Amino acid sequence: MDSEAAPTRETARGLPRVPFPRFRRRLTPERIASLALIVPSTVAVAVFVYGFIGWSALVSVSEWNSITPDYTFAGLRNFKELFQHFRFQADIRNTVVFTLLFVAACLMIGLFLAALLDRGIAGEGVFRSIYLFPMAVSFIVTGVVWRWLLAPRSGVNLLFERSGLGPLKQDWYTDPTVVHITSGSRLGEALHDIGIGWLASPDFGIPLAMTSVVIAATWQMSGFVMILYLAGLRAIPEELTEAARVDGASEFQVLRHIALPLLRPVTLSAMIILGHVSLKIYDLVVAMTQRGPGFATDVPALFMFETTFAGSHFARGAAISIVMLFSVSFLIIPYLIWSLRREARV
Amino acid sequence: MRSARFWLLFVLSLALLLALAAACKGEEKEGVTPTPGGLTGKLEIFSWWTTGGEAAGLQALYDLYPDKCPGDVEIVNATVAGGAGFNAREVLTTRMLGGDPPGSFQVHMGHELTDTWVTSNNMEPLDTLFTEEGWNDIFPQGVLDIVSYQGKPYSVPVNIHRANVLWYNTKVFEDNSLEPPTTFDEFFAVADALKAAGITPLALGDVEVWTSVHLMETVLLGSLGPDDYNGLWTGETEWSGPQVTAALETFKKVLSYVNSDHSSLSWDQANDLVISGDAAMTVMGDWANADYEAKNFADYGWAPTPGTDGMYDALSDTFGLPKGAPNPDAVTCWLRLVGSKEGQEAFNPLKGSVCARTDCDASLFNPYLQSAISDWKADTIVPSLAHGAAASQGWVTEIVDAATAFVTDKDVGAFQGRLADACVAAEVCS
Repeated sequence: MDSEAAPTRETARGLPRVPFPRFRRRLTPERIASLALIVPSTVAVAVFVYGFIGWSALVSVSEWNSITPDYTFAGLRNFKELFQHFRFQADIRNTVVFTLLFVAACLMIGLFLAALLDRGIAGEGVFRSIYLFPMAVSFIVTGVVWRWLLAPRSGVNLLFERSGLGPLKQDWYTDPTVVHITSGSRLGEALHDIGIGWLASPDFGIPLAMTSVVIAATWQMSGFVMILYLAGLRAIPEELTEAARVDGASEFQVLRHIALPLLRPVTLSAMIILGHVSLKIYDLVVAMTQRGPGFATDVPALFMFETTFAGSHFARGAAISIVMLFSVSFLIIPYLIWSLRREARV
Repeated sequence: MRSARFWLLFVLSLALLLALAAACKGEEKEGVTPTPGGLTGKLEIFSWWTTGGEAAGLQALYDLYPDKCPGDVEIVNATVAGGAGFNAREVLTTRMLGGDPPGSFQVHMGHELTDTWVTSNNMEPLDTLFTEEGWNDIFPQGVLDIVSYQGKPYSVPVNIHRANVLWYNTKVFEDNSLEPPTTFDEFFAVADALKAAGITPLALGDVEVWTSVHLMETVLLGSLGPDDYNGLWTGETEWSGPQVTAALETFKKVLSYVNSDHSSLSWDQANDLVISGDAAMTVMGDWANADYEAKNFADYGWAPTPGTDGMYDALSDTFGLPKGAPNPDAVTCWLRLVGSKEGQEAFNPLKGSVCARTDCDASLFNPYLQSAISDWKADTIVPSLAHGAAASQGWVTEIVDAATAFVTDKDVGAFQGRLADACVAAEVCS
């Protein structure tokens, strides 16, 4: 696109400047053809992605909260009301809890499995397929299966009961408990003393029902993280690990001081991929728990869909989707900048 | 050579884009030319009737269609599963706004139809059809009022359901020598006795949240009485007043007698608890009757929910004609069938509801429905909240959300505040 800027940038990178025969290039059929090839997809993306993002943004600041479209400008009122809405407050809490637990669990389990497989065990291919296979299943299927597995009267609980492990039985996703700091406790009072007593409320707690969803999502995605880490581990030059072993480093030390630092880009990529999956999660929750007891497993996407298409609150629904877009952007844009810079360096 | 390949790719990608655009435009409209003496083309009927007696009743109507409407019409059964139609409504909204209305769709009579599709000018008025078929004399005046907007009817009611029914396992009640409760005091006494006997007093399955709202509306009706209950939907009864507080306290107490795993069960799974005797009672609309019949369970009894004797908390499934619907002639004939005596007599015994018409043959119905038919004629009729008759969709979803939080946190003050806010947001209260 920017044929003018391109050579300059390459010069800046210290590459030899290649003279472009600009006018002849512009006239070649190849150039026309390549432009013609790009135009349809560019137009489609411009209309169907960015156009509709723009339209959603427009609706989110409108008065359209019934079935009849009303584009009267409402300012940021929809956003203000949204953040005051008890359901959305629960959604934000749930998304943060889910994202933290899900990403952490996937990274740890993925790294653990990758480290085991990297030992060069027999039948590595079989294990790799077994761990990766859940990824081939859709979140809907995962959700339905885990709903049955974790139903209070069947599945895992039945297994516990039959094998004499009755006390391990859980309420799973039907548990309405939200673990939080109580304002009367010592920690709560201490928080109050330093002026952040508001942290001691269920709005900043961990809904136990959400852990069931985390289990299902981790089951599905940790194999994928394992593959990322396995590729990363395989890319570490053997000389480095050998040298460390010769110097008397234990296997754990090799992992901790050689592999982990070199795997940092892999970890970051995995976090970004898992993070945007969890911020936008919808299908798994719909199939598995819906909104959960007292919105314990509700997520913004579910609220968006229900309030828009069942409740006809179109402006509020658009506001939720804009908030979701921003939350994902905060994750993706720094990553894009970072990876572009890195590419430039290479 | 090379440029030829580029051009080929270009043409291919352009063709793909055009194909996509064409696909987005949707299927070509069927060329419907009503041949003399017969209807042709496709007729799409959109509903949430997917299981048991509901699906059987719908099929009975489809089977009658060729007799009533001679021709060669292919019926497309477009269903979206999910109780009380919450899922179906979401799909319907996207289709209607996208300019792709089905031939006819199932919709609850009352505000669900009027506030959503009639006021937004998406439905054809049916006054000519009602006159032609003589329905103005056959449907009760109360029902005609509810399906009409500015004096014109907009949908044809096929059935009437009752929401305020307390179903109980007669064997469990006999074993514990209990009588079905008629007031809340009696209900709590019975519930305590059942609890002491190790039986769940009240089965609830609110994985789909409308069931807890359904329970709440029967409690509101039982505590407030029909006049003040009706006033809630017109703004005449104060949502923040003391009598609503008392009703919600009662609701809170009722909730303390339900099964602990209610949030993982659907309404029919809650019914299974009554069938197995693990639970003694459940509050559900009279479609539960069809569920018992389908499961060959005979030991059930019924009574109005506590405090609602002489009141009929009604809802009705209706069909209308959307503007721009494909094949309107076939749709109109479908509406004639849905409102006809033979159509309603075929549909309702299977669905487990009573006819919206007043001239159906009562002997076709089972004992429960026969009692409902006589109650329908004698009782005070009030509109159901959870099933779209009482309030607009936007208002109902707000109440449903508030109830979801309340079922867990049991905070009456916060709940009542949110209910009052919801009434203001719906522009009924000021």
